[in-house]
Amino acid sequence: MTTLQTFIAVTRFGLGAKPSELQSAAGDPRGWLKQQLQSGSTLPQRLAHFPTGSQRFAEFEASRRRSDAALQQALRGSIRESYIAEAGARTQVQIDSDTPFRERLVAFWSNHFTISVQRPPVLGLAGAFEREAIRPHVTGRFYDMLLAVARHPGMLLYLDNAQSVGPTSVAGQRSGRGLNENLAREILELHTLGVNAGYTQADVREFARILTGWSLSRPEDGDPGTFRFRPFIHEPGTKTLLGVQYLDGGIREGETALLALSRHPATATHIATKFARHFIADNPPAAAVKRLARVYRETDCDLGALARAIVDAPEAWAEPLAKVKTPNEYVVSALRATGYAGENEKLMQSLRLFGQAPFAAPSPAGWPDTAEQWIGPESVLRRAEWAMALGQRINQFRPPDTLVATTIAPVMRRETQLAIERAPSTAEAVALVFAAPEFQRR
Amino acid sequence: MLSRRHTLGLLGGGLVAVCGGPIPVAVARVATDRRLVVVVMRGALDGLAAVPAYSDPDYRALRGTLALEAPDSKDGALDLDGRFGLHPALAALHEMYRAHELVVFHAVATPYRSRSHFDGQDLLENGTTSPLGKRDGWLNRALALMGPADRRLGLAVGQTVPLILRGATPVGSYAPQQMPQLDGEFLSRLAALYQRDAVFGPAITEGLRAQQMSDEVLGDEKRMGGDNVRGAGPMRAIATAVGKLLAAPNGARVAVLEVGGWDTHANQGVLTGRLAGQLRGFNDGLAALKEGLGSAWRQTAVICATEFGRTVAVNGTNGTDHGTGGAAFLLGGAIDGGRVVAKWPGLATDRLFEGRDLMPTLDLRSVFKALLTGHLGLPSDAVERVVFPESRTATALDGLTRA
Repeated sequence: MTTLQTFIAVTRFGLGAKPSELQSAAGDPRGWLKQQLQSGSTLPQRLAHFPTGSQRFAEFEASRRRSDAALQQALRGSIRESYIAEAGARTQVQIDSDTPFRERLVAFWSNHFTISVQRPPVLGLAGAFEREAIRPHVTGRFYDMLLAVARHPGMLLYLDNAQSVGPTSVAGQRSGRGLNENLAREILELHTLGVNAGYTQADVREFARILTGWSLSRPEDGDPGTFRFRPFIHEPGTKTLLGVQYLDGGIREGETALLALSRHPATATHIATKFARHFIADNPPAAAVKRLARVYRETDCDLGALARAIVDAPEAWAEPLAKVKTPNEYVVSALRATGYAGENEKLMQSLRLFGQAPFAAPSPAGWPDTAEQWIGPESVLRRAEWAMALGQRINQFRPPDTLVATTIAPVMRRETQLAIERAPSTAEAVALVFAAPEFQRR
Repeated sequence: MLSRRHTLGLLGGGLVAVCGGPIPVAVARVATDRRLVVVVMRGALDGLAAVPAYSDPDYRALRGTLALEAPDSKDGALDLDGRFGLHPALAALHEMYRAHELVVFHAVATPYRSRSHFDGQDLLENGTTSPLGKRDGWLNRALALMGPADRRLGLAVGQTVPLILRGATPVGSYAPQQMPQLDGEFLSRLAALYQRDAVFGPAITEGLRAQQMSDEVLGDEKRMGGDNVRGAGPMRAIATAVGKLLAAPNGARVAVLEVGGWDTHANQGVLTGRLAGQLRGFNDGLAALKEGLGSAWRQTAVICATEFGRTVAVNGTNGTDHGTGGAAFLLGGAIDGGRVVAKWPGLATDRLFEGRDLMPTLDLRSVFKALLTGHLGLPSDAVERVVFPESRTATALDGLTRA
């Protein structure tokens, strides 16, 4: 019999139990979680063979330069196929991972630094972005992740910084091109300080000037799509960000600014709040947020330490079903429980049905992380319809007792148990397990 | 003629508690044949691209590569009043303008004066002067004044309820059906299981109600339509269905549509390209809404608004960054249109907000309040206290709708 602690470990911190993992988690649930943080950042086998972000960019850029029609064709054809292949593989990784806590952290940080395929240049790049900028750092330093993000073609294209030009730089004066504030603003607002941290429009502007030159190699530079600092488009002169002066220093200005932003107390609070919201409750307790922020500050932005701190937070173990699963979490946990993954196209269809296709968030703020944003009159019905379709497709749970035992047993209410027992068919019984609030929450 | 349901509503009106207001407010007798649609344009529409101020002496210099030609030239703007035009992609709107069914507002903004999309949208939707001013939406608070809660006068489009419609008054919903519908037996068992869950319980109750409604009105058409309405999904298929749901005699009267994709920081384009494509989808969506509404269009007002405008000057990458004042559109058969409402501040640098943005000279709440009182007939004191608190300075505009 699964204990409540084990249930919380595998559902809230993990991605929902694979039947085989309950035993490994059972003895020492907290230890099982922490051990996953030590497993290193090696790429899961399924993701090992995909091209780099630079290669993806080169492919996009080659089509774009050929003609508009060629680009449109590639976006509907080969680039879309690579997106489906990698988005599918990434979801499959979530479905069969043996380090589900680590995968949850990947998804969390990937969402924190959202790039979205709603912008065409990102379509082929989003998977590479997660692989290259996020995965290696989920238990590393926040500033290393931030730096990798700010240098990645995915982010430089999504938030337009690749094109931003210092107005008085050599190239700016010659071409009349100039600043684009997008990346600078979203780093301050979404990635680091948070919206009400006291920075001003002037800070956004200054930070945008600091980040000019953070761009990409073009085909004629060789190695297209790799990060390239372009001194000729970098805005010269001293900049002042949050009261600190940055003397003319080329790429170092941006590197120093990103480090300072990472270490800023407002960033600690912003990140601690999002982390606590994800692992404790939609409205996380202030004491836990404060504690996590302190850990972040005192360990110099160590995300591994932050992850250990959330495992140690008593609040995260107090209420077993406080969070509602996002569509991605819902689909992944159901497929982990059944061992039935299906092919990529089907998987993508399921996620699209719920409005959460991988890497397709509606804005740079990423997917929401509160129940009211995901559960509504239409979405509950869509989830139930999907649960029924799954129940009809799989037939290994006759009777459904084993499915119940490996999923909701520790938190199952009497009425849910009765409804499952009285279901007129196995398909309906299985559908009820997956549609029950006990399964849709974590 | 009063329907039986309507009569019951009037009798029960005094008992309906209004959430959020400190003082109980009498429920208004509402003209339930009036329809109101709010289109939330997420991502900050470039008002000067959609509604070019082509006659302003500074327009061409500041807009640079993004400037549209004047109406008399080839590929020029569609003229409105000799001062302002519409982007050529907005042909259906232009037709409505000429039929006196469209009012264009310019230099308009919510009270928000910073530049975060997310805070800006929260404020547009909660109807206060700060992002966390209220946790419910102003349209939901308005619904509480409109009639009995069990009438479901509000309609959320999409899988969840957007902030503007969230709150104490239950609303109906619509999203295209993509999988086989479940049988009633299973659904009622599920509803029983959800009953005591604070999140799933109310959601399934509303969902079942909404399903019945959309089955009745739309039948097989429910299965059509694209995926996610949030974001850049096609507005047209969904707008037709929403029009029909609003037109139904016992259907909703107030609906919210969301259209994303307006955040054009780079290469936004002029006649073609990213923004032109967005505007075309928007134009076609509104035309489809009109078509879906059929004869109910005559009783309809549609207000399209965004969280803030964009910079007046083109930025360094042929796009525009986050700004302040912008444009809004009010259309419908109930609208006394064919006018541009703008106290034009001018585009000279010293007239711009913080030296960069179009200076807002009209509070969006003045339009919203006018629609709630003038069009839906809600009592202005209640609108003032409950729906838009802190809005004394934003007086409701007169004469937007036909008498």
